[in-house]
Amino acid sequence: MSDFPRTPPRYSATFTPAVNAEIRRAAATGIYDIRGGGTKRHLPHFDDLLFLGASISRYPLEGYREKCATDVWLGTRHAKNPIHLDIPITIAGMSFGALSGPAKEALGRGATAAGTSTTTGDGGMTEEERGHSKTLVYQYLPSRYGMNPDDLRRADAIEIVVGQGAKPGGGGMLLGQKISDRVANMRNLPKGIDQRSACRHPDWTGPDDLEIKILELREITNWEKPIYVKVGGARPYYDTALAVKAGADVVVLDGMQGGTAATQDVFIEHVGMPILACIPQAVKALQDLGMHRRVQLIVSGGIRSGADVAKAMALGADAVSIGTAALIALGDNDPRWEEEYQKLGTTADAYDDWHEGKDPAGITTQDPELSKRFDPVLGGRRLKNYLKVMTLEAQTIARACGKNHLHNLEPEDLCSLTIEAAAMAGVPLAGTNWIPGKNGGF
Amino acid sequence: MQTFDLGAESLRALNSSLHALKGQTNMTEWEVINPKGAHAIAAGVDAPVDITVRGSTGYYCAGMNKQATIRIKGSAGPGVAENMMSGTVIIDGDASQYAGATGRGGLLVIKGNASSRCGISMKGIDIVVHGNIGHMSCFMAQSGNVLVLGNAGEALGDSLYEARIFVRGSVKSLGADCIEKEMRDEHFLIVEDLLRRGEAEGKAKPEEFRRYGSARKLYTFNIDNASSY
Repeated sequence: MSDFPRTPPRYSATFTPAVNAEIRRAAATGIYDIRGGGTKRHLPHFDDLLFLGASISRYPLEGYREKCATDVWLGTRHAKNPIHLDIPITIAGMSFGALSGPAKEALGRGATAAGTSTTTGDGGMTEEERGHSKTLVYQYLPSRYGMNPDDLRRADAIEIVVGQGAKPGGGGMLLGQKISDRVANMRNLPKGIDQRSACRHPDWTGPDDLEIKILELREITNWEKPIYVKVGGARPYYDTALAVKAGADVVVLDGMQGGTAATQDVFIEHVGMPILACIPQAVKALQDLGMHRRVQLIVSGGIRSGADVAKAMALGADAVSIGTAALIALGDNDPRWEEEYQKLGTTADAYDDWHEGKDPAGITTQDPELSKRFDPVLGGRRLKNYLKVMTLEAQTIARACGKNHLHNLEPEDLCSLTIEAAAMAGVPLAGTNWIPGKNGGF
Repeated sequence: MQTFDLGAESLRALNSSLHALKGQTNMTEWEVINPKGAHAIAAGVDAPVDITVRGSTGYYCAGMNKQATIRIKGSAGPGVAENMMSGTVIIDGDASQYAGATGRGGLLVIKGNASSRCGISMKGIDIVVHGNIGHMSCFMAQSGNVLVLGNAGEALGDSLYEARIFVRGSVKSLGADCIEKEMRDEHFLIVEDLLRRGEAEGKAKPEEFRRYGSARKLYTFNIDNASSY
């Protein structure tokens, strides 16, 4: 052996241990990885933005004393009965089937107590959810599982789902192990088989058809309900403009961090855009059409705190929506179940195989024994607390920026820590007046 | 009979009047004149009434119908009787794409031809087509029956679940996981019943039909079937 120093082992930045592990897994199984949880790679996000608190040029409002309102109207364009929420943080659509009945009940309880709405999902409307949700948005999806005019009429709004952030352009599959008798009956399919959720609607294609579909839904519900159109963040300028053209009251825009839905890992990580890049384009489309604030914009995908809420609204959103964060508030991925996460080959805060129905927290499952672990009353209380905290946080920031309503936050209240985020969000790089891409940039 | 002139009054007024027919009513006979291809005519009706549309309709006529019998004395645009829950829709002419899409119950009768994707994603509806049906019909059809007195286009019953398809004429091609199956006694009875209810008695005999259904090989995802998707 030579005494000369050896070159130390050096990992490739391209073929990392994680990449190599996936290659070995693919080689052993012959099938791609499917998971939930949204994109896990680092992306430009709200963390890359900072608020510029008031000082001499602007004056702040007094915390705990001067009012900072948080309410929001949704569906004011055409609906006879627009929705009025106390807070601009809504619960995103997640299906009964993917979630247990008690989990849907808890979402309804928490949202109602906090003064906001919850949303159905693929699989239809459950009594647990309708009964415990003061304001319930009913999703109109390509699969049309459980779709019927009675539920349309007892909904408070209708959300036509064209796409979602985890998989813009993709459908879904609920695996057979989650298809209980009740889920199978609601979807009109045999128990225990994998259930496809189509990627396209069966009876319309394109914006001209969508306009007629919206007309039909309005006629069936006597023009009472706000009609939302939900799209995955891919071409937000054009998708927003086309949704407005088709007659939407509300556009729901879901960035690639959105991710309770299970799909291929390669899809989650490589298709779509981060929500930060989507919001300014959607707002621009609304402004170009003279419809900003008249057609409301709800954004989602990686919203975690009141700071995220405030930043999304400063960029021009009217409200936000949460999915993953709501599940975590209910108790999903909690370290108290670590022993069981280990048995599933994962760990708390990294568990993302929600589609398999083995959730130790009893939330994303149809297993009756696992479901018993989840208390919907306690879960609802936890969700309410979390929503209240987010609202207080957003108000704290808004007051510091001198705003007496969250909707008065504006891009001028923001700066960016990175060039990438500055370009995407259309706000200046911190310490400069430079907005990359503006005034003839790239 | 109540006559509603869509040339003089609005679609909203028509559908409002029809939606108001809840429970018992003696206004059970309705006639709609001058439809001129309007969309969403008689969508969302929920009453045991008889509505005759004198002319051709646009998209989604009789959408989500419950209980009503709706007769179209012309042809129907895309998505006629989509997501129908119950009742009967009878079209004298042809039907465009997606006829009876996602329908959950009731009976749809098309006396002419049906275009592509007839019965797509159907969930319990019965559909009787006196003429031919277009390509990709019964795609992902979940349950219910489709009876075709004429021919079927390409990729019939692609990714079919538990719906039954009966075709009297030729089938250009079958879609993934759709196969021909034996006609057993209960199937002859189903066909006989559909011919009778579909106003096609005397036009064909049950023994002239062949049955198509799911091979059930794609019910659970299996990587060895990847080339079939």
